[in-house]
Amino acid sequence: MQIILIGLNHRTAPVALRERTAFSSEDAQRATAELRQAGGLEEAVILSTCNRSELYGVRHDTRGDSANLELFFADFHGLSRPQLDGCLYVHSDREAVDHLFRVAAGLDSQLLGEAEVLGQVREAYRRAADAGSTGPVLNRLFQAAIEAGRRVRAETELGTRPMSAASAGIKLAERVFGDLGGHSALLLGAGEVAEQAAEHLRQRKIKRLWIAARGRDRADALAARYEGASIPWDELPRALLQPDVLVASVSAEQPVVSRAMLAEAMRARNNRSLLLLDLGLPRNIDPAAADLYNLYLYDLDSLTEIVAQNRRAREREIPRAEAVVEGQVSKFEAWRAGRAGRDVLDDLRARLDARRRRLLESQGGALAGLAPEERAEVERLTGRLLDELLEEPADRLRRARTGRERMQLVETLRNLFGLDSEKER
Amino acid sequence: MPGSWDYVTLLLYLASLGLYVRFVYTGRRATGRWAAAALALGLLGHYLALLQRSHWVHSVPYDDLYGSLSLFGWLLGATYLGLELYYRQRSMGTFVVPCVLALYVAGTWPGQHLPATHLEQGPMFALHVTLSVLAYAAFALAFLLSAVYLLQHHYLRRRGATGWRCPAMWRFPPLEGLEKMSRGSVLVGLVSLVAGTGLGLAWEYETARHVSLADPKVLVTLLIVVLYGGYLRISRRAGWRGARASLVCALAFLLVIFSYAVVNLYLSGFHRYL
Repeated sequence: MQIILIGLNHRTAPVALRERTAFSSEDAQRATAELRQAGGLEEAVILSTCNRSELYGVRHDTRGDSANLELFFADFHGLSRPQLDGCLYVHSDREAVDHLFRVAAGLDSQLLGEAEVLGQVREAYRRAADAGSTGPVLNRLFQAAIEAGRRVRAETELGTRPMSAASAGIKLAERVFGDLGGHSALLLGAGEVAEQAAEHLRQRKIKRLWIAARGRDRADALAARYEGASIPWDELPRALLQPDVLVASVSAEQPVVSRAMLAEAMRARNNRSLLLLDLGLPRNIDPAAADLYNLYLYDLDSLTEIVAQNRRAREREIPRAEAVVEGQVSKFEAWRAGRAGRDVLDDLRARLDARRRRLLESQGGALAGLAPEERAEVERLTGRLLDELLEEPADRLRRARTGRERMQLVETLRNLFGLDSEKER
Repeated sequence: MPGSWDYVTLLLYLASLGLYVRFVYTGRRATGRWAAAALALGLLGHYLALLQRSHWVHSVPYDDLYGSLSLFGWLLGATYLGLELYYRQRSMGTFVVPCVLALYVAGTWPGQHLPATHLEQGPMFALHVTLSVLAYAAFALAFLLSAVYLLQHHYLRRRGATGWRCPAMWRFPPLEGLEKMSRGSVLVGLVSLVAGTGLGLAWEYETARHVSLADPKVLVTLLIVVLYGGYLRISRRAGWRGARASLVCALAFLLVIFSYAVVNLYLSGFHRYL
């Protein structure tokens, strides 16, 4: 039994190639079914995100190479094999396990410690399990990987600190208001940054979301996408009375929100706290407004500084996250070694038993003179001899102190008895 | 003299403090739960230690300043634990438990005991003192919450990254949460103080057949009620809500310290009726 991984990611392949080799959920289902039908893999899961396309499989033939899988990977996406040269990586067994656990933990992500990848691993596994393409090994592997990802997030700071200006700003809003579920936000602008902010706010279940943009159509479209409401641009001064959080990302040469507007709004709001995130460049909000009471104003510079500091803090957490992953990998490897030990003993027994039967059959003439009871006794004695021969290796496998040691014994047995070259069951 | 429960309590408080500090640095929920459990057990040990002390001196725990300090610490910890469970905010334990610990050590370890002066005062008097100390404990908690509010407000207004370098800063309760907790704590304090003072005046009337409003303790208490009542009112009003109200709450605690320490120590003669 071998766990094999073949794939490419943001480190090994350019974005154009990653786009071409992405698997939709239907593609993933079709590919895993084809691989299993063709007899190449007994179990298969495909993990496809914007930064990686990876195929995890289990096969019985531990000596087969990965060339046919690489070819399948290329063919499936209408590529020739040489087009993937230098981009594909292939790992097996412990390396493959280690890789998946690091992916689930966010250690292999472009944005170190990002949270989304754990959900994507969980989703890939769920889809494969629903399609019936997983078995005992990949079930265990993916469940353990998800557990590793969860533990890393719970026990380290790797995923806790925001890594983009928008998310850092929203996190600061939570420092003022706590749970944003009962609060409201106003987005000025309807571009990419506003969309990013809307996404973060929706993830935090913001109660009400308003969008004001110079182009009303774009505001309407964004509002429709994020279950918000668009408001006319010229009603901006009135719109400032409601929200708890304001995110501005408008292309403008001059600030679109003046100090006077904010001073008036704060008076009308009874000084209810207002957090302003100015993500525009040049700035959209008059910096002089920062001195208004109960108003918290952040511009790109201050948020970028927080993000840079968070990145360094996340990097400092890598050793702790790796220790968690290492522990989980060792646990999985111990389980896999136990299973491999049982498999190798079964294979060995099957092979020796087949040999024993062949030998008894080939000696038919010599045994012809025996009475049925005597023949049965010979059968029983040779069977018992087999049991006794297997007792010592079984005991040694049981007594192996580590998973690694047990796997070495398994490999030795497989090599000595040629268990992979010819299956006799 | 410290009894057997005192050492157990001390260890539990120290463990709780260590776990709270670890919790704000690591953010592990399990650590936070263990911290709260250690504090709860510490409070139980502290309660048993107060009982043990009462048995030894044949008096109520607050019969001298040391016992009173110990009771103050116990009520502060118990009030905090109640607030922590209600608001589901654990990080304030980092600030509260050291105060509980300090009050506990100050009330337990000097090894002295001032002779009891009023043993026959009855349950009304006991309730008067207990409610008053509970009020002081709640005000102390409100002070700590307001101080953390002001610290966090300061860092949020500075806009730069300084302050956010410390992982603990991301784990303290949000400003709105601190405000709510502080108001809740002040409300508990005010109700306790008004009820405790009412009981005290009733006891005084029963004992001496008159009520003396010229007692400095009563006057300072009335001032405390006015100040904290004012805080509750302004904390929701335009122009005061937020940092200014928190500053008022923090400063009002100075008067509580004055009442608890200065009036009790130096003007206590005016507050004796037996």
